[in-house]
Amino acid sequence: MILETLSNARGVSGNEAAVRDLILEAVREHIDEHQVDALGNLICLRRARAPKAGGQPTLRERSLRVMVAAHMDEIGLIVTGINGDGTLAFDKVGGIDDRVLPSKQVLVGDGAVPGVIGFPPIHLIPRSERDKAPNMSQAVIDIGAADKSAAEALVKKGDYVSFQATYQVLDEGRLRTVKGKAFDDRAGCAVLVELLQGDYPVDLYGVFTAQEEVGLRGARVAAYRIAPDLALALEGTICADLPKEEGDDTSPVTELGEGPALTFMDASFVPDRRLLDLLIHTARQEGIPYQFKQAVSGGTDSGAIHLAREGVPSATIAVPVRYIHAPVSLLSLNDFDHTVQLVRAALIALQGGMPS
Amino acid sequence: MIDTTELLRQLSQAAGVTGYEDDVRALVREALTPLADEFRTDALGNLIAVQYGEGAEPRPAIMLAAHMDEIGLMVSGFEGSFLRFHTVGGVDLRTLPGQEVTVHGVQPLPGIVASLPPHVLSPEERSKPVPLDKLFIDVGLDAETVRQRVHVGDLITMRRDFLPLAGNYVSGKAFDDRAGIVSLAVCLEMLRGMRHSWDVYAVATTQEEIGLRGATVSAYGLAPDIAIAVDVGFGKQQGVSDSKIVEMDAGPAIAMGPNVHPLMHQRLVATAKRHELKYQTEVIAGASGTDGWAIQVAREGIPTAVLSIPLRYMHTTVETLCTRDIERTGRLMALFIAGLDDAFAADLGLQKGASA
Repeated sequence: MILETLSNARGVSGNEAAVRDLILEAVREHIDEHQVDALGNLICLRRARAPKAGGQPTLRERSLRVMVAAHMDEIGLIVTGINGDGTLAFDKVGGIDDRVLPSKQVLVGDGAVPGVIGFPPIHLIPRSERDKAPNMSQAVIDIGAADKSAAEALVKKGDYVSFQATYQVLDEGRLRTVKGKAFDDRAGCAVLVELLQGDYPVDLYGVFTAQEEVGLRGARVAAYRIAPDLALALEGTICADLPKEEGDDTSPVTELGEGPALTFMDASFVPDRRLLDLLIHTARQEGIPYQFKQAVSGGTDSGAIHLAREGVPSATIAVPVRYIHAPVSLLSLNDFDHTVQLVRAALIALQGGMPS
Repeated sequence: MIDTTELLRQLSQAAGVTGYEDDVRALVREALTPLADEFRTDALGNLIAVQYGEGAEPRPAIMLAAHMDEIGLMVSGFEGSFLRFHTVGGVDLRTLPGQEVTVHGVQPLPGIVASLPPHVLSPEERSKPVPLDKLFIDVGLDAETVRQRVHVGDLITMRRDFLPLAGNYVSGKAFDDRAGIVSLAVCLEMLRGMRHSWDVYAVATTQEEIGLRGATVSAYGLAPDIAIAVDVGFGKQQGVSDSKIVEMDAGPAIAMGPNVHPLMHQRLVATAKRHELKYQTEVIAGASGTDGWAIQVAREGIPTAVLSIPLRYMHTTVETLCTRDIERTGRLMALFIAGLDDAFAADLGLQKGASA
């Protein structure tokens, strides 16, 4: 499954090449054109095809230009220096809570040199320290190098670091859950790979973007180049449906297994009402479950796309993902499949042009 | 020749939370089978591998102890589809968020210690550790299925692949004290090719992490004349004062302090010097926190020594060590045992065959 391949691949923001290569391999035979731009976005075009009764689909002319974006990059770390004792100083790339860093395995650089982020032994930590969040500002990556020169033979300053987690099916029953690294946003990438295999009445610009996690930067320049008539961003979004104490009314944001999440507003944009209505209407008509993302935190590529050039009507559809921005995440393949179905149906519903 | 890295890998991957060491014991027994004349398992599950000496009966005996059990978690309840848990042994809660685990239910289930993404956390929340009552394990199943496959009291182990690092360094879980077990195997193998007059009881102990309980009863049961406990020691690492550590890749640390009989210490040091083995010394001012602390006061008291294999990040899932230190520890014990004679017994005030 493409989600597994993409989840296991490594692509911290600014270093998406390995993910891009895998995606291109998966979509190449289904697309009419592709290009890789200056920021490393992979822009794929699948031209509009009008289904003809009993025959091959034919190419249409003057179709609606629809950009569908999913970001290739993942949060991670970057090596900022090599210490005298052979350990590596690092900085975070993207939003990571320090509290998920202790006691984790990582892979460093293009050579995937294995390393670990350690933690002081509990025996040596004063009780007062244990009541505080771990201070990871001085934390290092240990690759087992005896000293600086041994480390320098394996890694270098500026090497990107990804977490180590392997895709695995957790539930083959009702929820069809899987776990793996970087479902934010390899889930969106995998949805888009599947979408690019279908026929639509619009020119589908499937854009696998770079650098979303550091400020929606890939989507911004890709949208400028394409100048689409409308755009959809595909995401793996927050699913915080953990148990709560009585009286705690914090939003779960989304709930696992309840279908694709539609954004009505987030920190980066307000969706185009016509597109949001189209998605809701399509879901209802097709009997596809959906939910709203019940929080206005976080941003997606839509935040950059809707401001491109003279402005682009945009909307965001997301697969709920538990534990995003942590080393290992979890989603329901039911939600994944429903997201593919909903976006596919919505693209087909664009037959008559931009909804009014 | 024993492949120390491979044996450590096998033992590290096995599940053996305190009190439930059966799987580890089976592996240890298999590994030691060619090296032991006889095996016994006692009432608390300690595995005793005997290698008889060549001296005239009644022969004095030395007990070597390394513990099989590991720290872990235990299911304490359900919260919807999530699991609540207790800790078994000294687990630092701050190392848990984002950690993968195995829940030993009806069948082993992969799981994740849940964490919330930074998007939905306040700075206030991020400044504190997640308390136990807000830590949950997610096995990706619906609430009904979870209750069929998991029960209160089921054990949970940390899930962490064995990771070879640079040089001779490796990282993984439960090296505390499976590394000690491997050193026992190295010792017994080396003794097979040497002459030794004393009997050797190599004991893989149980329940060390919650109070040295296996060692307490096995030392009573065996009533050895002298004993060496092998455990892991705090290896030099970032964030820990240099005064509390032992050096990595510098050989076993031969402890001194109240837990160690001065003559045992002296003879171990002399043995290391004579054979030009890398070693270091370590001062332990009081309780050593090792099986040696219990063995020393078994029955009428037993002259005891403590050896520490340097280990970074103790009690995390990324415990890291240099495999050469395991081999050096095993060799030191074997050479020490080969040199045991009546004169040393006399120096210690032991009557020949006092244990008989």
